[in-house]
Amino acid sequence: MHKLLTDSPGQKMLLLGNEAIARGAIEAGVAFASTYPGTPSSEISLSLFQMSKESDLYFEYSTNEKVALEVAAAAANAGVRAMCMMKHVGLNVAADVLMTLAYLGCKGGMVILTADDPFMFSSQNEQDNRYYAKLSGLPLVEPSSVEEAKEMMPYAFDLSEKLGEPVLFRTTTRINHSNAVVRLGNLRERKCKGDFVKNPFAYVCVPAVSRKLHVRLLENMDSAREEAEKSPFNLQKGEGKWGIICNGVSYNYAADGVKDLGTEDKVRILRLGFSHPLPEKMIRDFLGNCEKVLIIEEGEPVLEEAVKAIAQEAGLMLPIRGKTPELFSRLYEFDPAMVRKGIATCFGIPYAAPAVPDLSDLPEIPQRPPTLCAGCSHRATYYAVKKAAEGKDTIYPSDIGCYTLGFLPPLSMADFVICMGASAGTACGFSKVTDKKVVAFIGDSTFFHSGIAGLINAVFNQHNFTLVILDNGTTAMTGHQPHPGVDMTKLNMEGYGRISIEAVVRAIGVEHVTVIRPFRVGKSIEAVKEALDFEGVSVIISQEICSLYAKSLKEHKGRPFRVNPGKCKNHRNCIDDLACPAFYLQNERVMIDPELCWGCAVCAQICPENAIVPVKK
Amino acid sequence: MDITRLIIVAVGGQGNLLASRVIGETALLSDVPVRMSEIHGMAQRGGVVESAIVFGDAESTIISDGEADLLVGFEPSETLRALNKCNGRTTVISNLSPLSPFTVTIGKAVYPKLSQIQELIRAKTGRLIAFDARELAEKAGNVMAVNMVLVGAMAQTGILPLTVENFKEAIRTKTKKAFADINLKAFDLGFAEAEKAG
Repeated sequence: MHKLLTDSPGQKMLLLGNEAIARGAIEAGVAFASTYPGTPSSEISLSLFQMSKESDLYFEYSTNEKVALEVAAAAANAGVRAMCMMKHVGLNVAADVLMTLAYLGCKGGMVILTADDPFMFSSQNEQDNRYYAKLSGLPLVEPSSVEEAKEMMPYAFDLSEKLGEPVLFRTTTRINHSNAVVRLGNLRERKCKGDFVKNPFAYVCVPAVSRKLHVRLLENMDSAREEAEKSPFNLQKGEGKWGIICNGVSYNYAADGVKDLGTEDKVRILRLGFSHPLPEKMIRDFLGNCEKVLIIEEGEPVLEEAVKAIAQEAGLMLPIRGKTPELFSRLYEFDPAMVRKGIATCFGIPYAAPAVPDLSDLPEIPQRPPTLCAGCSHRATYYAVKKAAEGKDTIYPSDIGCYTLGFLPPLSMADFVICMGASAGTACGFSKVTDKKVVAFIGDSTFFHSGIAGLINAVFNQHNFTLVILDNGTTAMTGHQPHPGVDMTKLNMEGYGRISIEAVVRAIGVEHVTVIRPFRVGKSIEAVKEALDFEGVSVIISQEICSLYAKSLKEHKGRPFRVNPGKCKNHRNCIDDLACPAFYLQNERVMIDPELCWGCAVCAQICPENAIVPVKK
Repeated sequence: MDITRLIIVAVGGQGNLLASRVIGETALLSDVPVRMSEIHGMAQRGGVVESAIVFGDAESTIISDGEADLLVGFEPSETLRALNKCNGRTTVISNLSPLSPFTVTIGKAVYPKLSQIQELIRAKTGRLIAFDARELAEKAGNVMAVNMVLVGAMAQTGILPLTVENFKEAIRTKTKKAFADINLKAFDLGFAEAEKAG
């Protein structure tokens, strides 16, 4: 049995934040869950996916976040408890649904989880999704710890049902990817079947209906504010004339900082876990007890601006500090010492910074950027395109996935990356206004997510570029989740369709479509050359399974290669052009690590001396 | 209870996360409050994996620069890179078996000398325990057991508020059964090696 289905209330378990969140949802009786994978949220859906195989919980990997939210919104409006989770930028994709779903509300409890990523450990931006609560008018809860993340989940579902509105649940990477000891709670029964009762004047958002629903939303916000005033997740700690208002993980650093500075008798803390709509009365009362207040929040000054507005309305003149150059930045994530220093500076408390040794005499330590794996098909495809485009002036728009790593030298095969699916769309613009050859790259999962619309646009508007679809048979970057093109029988799972990328591309009307096997180097280069010479939109589908995925499926059969020292003349094309991590230099000679070599044989095909040969069995 | 802060740095694939998990489970067995955070994006693609483990009465799950009581590096250049987490009293444990970053393998960067790495760490921290953990892991029966060798060395320092018995119990129950004996042997070898360091 899956450990998160354990039915023994009170038992202690060491859980990853994302596992604790999944457990919280199960304790809340969630019956329906949908997602598009994205770090740092991925292990929540992985846990629910695993549990759905051995219970009546319904779980699906949807095509993208917008679809995932639509799927869950319908389930919730049929009275079933539903959850939809995604990374912060995923909510941009789903925002169209979110904004009007707020008007419509829900019947069964619905939680929409957004996993923000301050410092961008694995994201293209560090947007603060608390603004989505303000923008949509939906209630927002945000835990400070792993334990609280679990506790807050049943609360969020109950709150959603009580208000008839979806609840936004915001985490940050340091919640998702922290571990702590969690005490299991009771499991609530899942109600998996619902019913939808027609009521077009409540559910069909035409202008006349929406005008009424907006009124309803504002009334719901008032009710939500009352809930926030009495929420156990809006808590106060300590006594004194100095006040700290904080949220999320900042609370941990603030609480530790106040203790470390020995100022527990001087500082009172208001931690807001239910932070939209804000409990205005609670905040007013808190401010009334303080002479000076410091707002500690990662990201944007969301609380700071709101608290200042509340103070102004109440005629309170006390200083309220937050994002200033000498205190806190809007950039990146906070840490305990930074917050301790901020508290000391704000309130004039003597403070000695931790003594970091002088590291100015350290030698340069070689960087260790993540690289494409040994046996990664993307490397082979990039090589083929690079060779085929030799002599041409090119622009390479790319997309979000492992293949983005190809932007680093020596591959240098990504020039412009914004967001999921943008390679196809941006290729349209580049090809129209420049005279360069535009070759765009997109992964299979990203193609389904949002690349298809860009390709349709290209065919309709008669743009001129080549789209290379890197089809490695899985959503590799986030941990090998399925997508609509995946063969689910490989995972021993039945009851799934399978969409052919080639059929989709042909149906869109692309005239020049070629499927290549990138490990066949010569043939691939020829095929790409033809595609590049085609006037109009051409598509290359490069098919080869992700090497890590093949390993997990036990499908890997390749034999490692070695360098024959008698034949090698040390041209080093292999290392210089491919940069495969299986290569290393020993006494200035190229060697291949047989433990890492995948046996893709790409290097063997480009060696001018044919010096790379299979290891004898 | 007093707060103890441990940082572990490793290269993806070295088993850092399993080591952290074993330490966390040991704390759970010992009824010691524990919070851990990990940055493991792209771990399988050769990047750096960092775990922060905080024992005792603290709310934070991360560790600021200069505040680690114990730094454990699974790879020598990564130990050096993480020195910003140390202060003059920090104990450092480092594996001495290098994994060349790809920038070094292709001749674009130079790997610092092992002797220089050790001198620098000694000069800037309280104490350095350094040895070839890969060799000991091989001796234990599996090169992948580098993580358990280093957990053994951590246990020997006595800096963590955890007992050897509980460490062994966690290894027995929380690592794969097929590897439990090798892991326990690796733990003992790491413990003995740290003892030798005096």
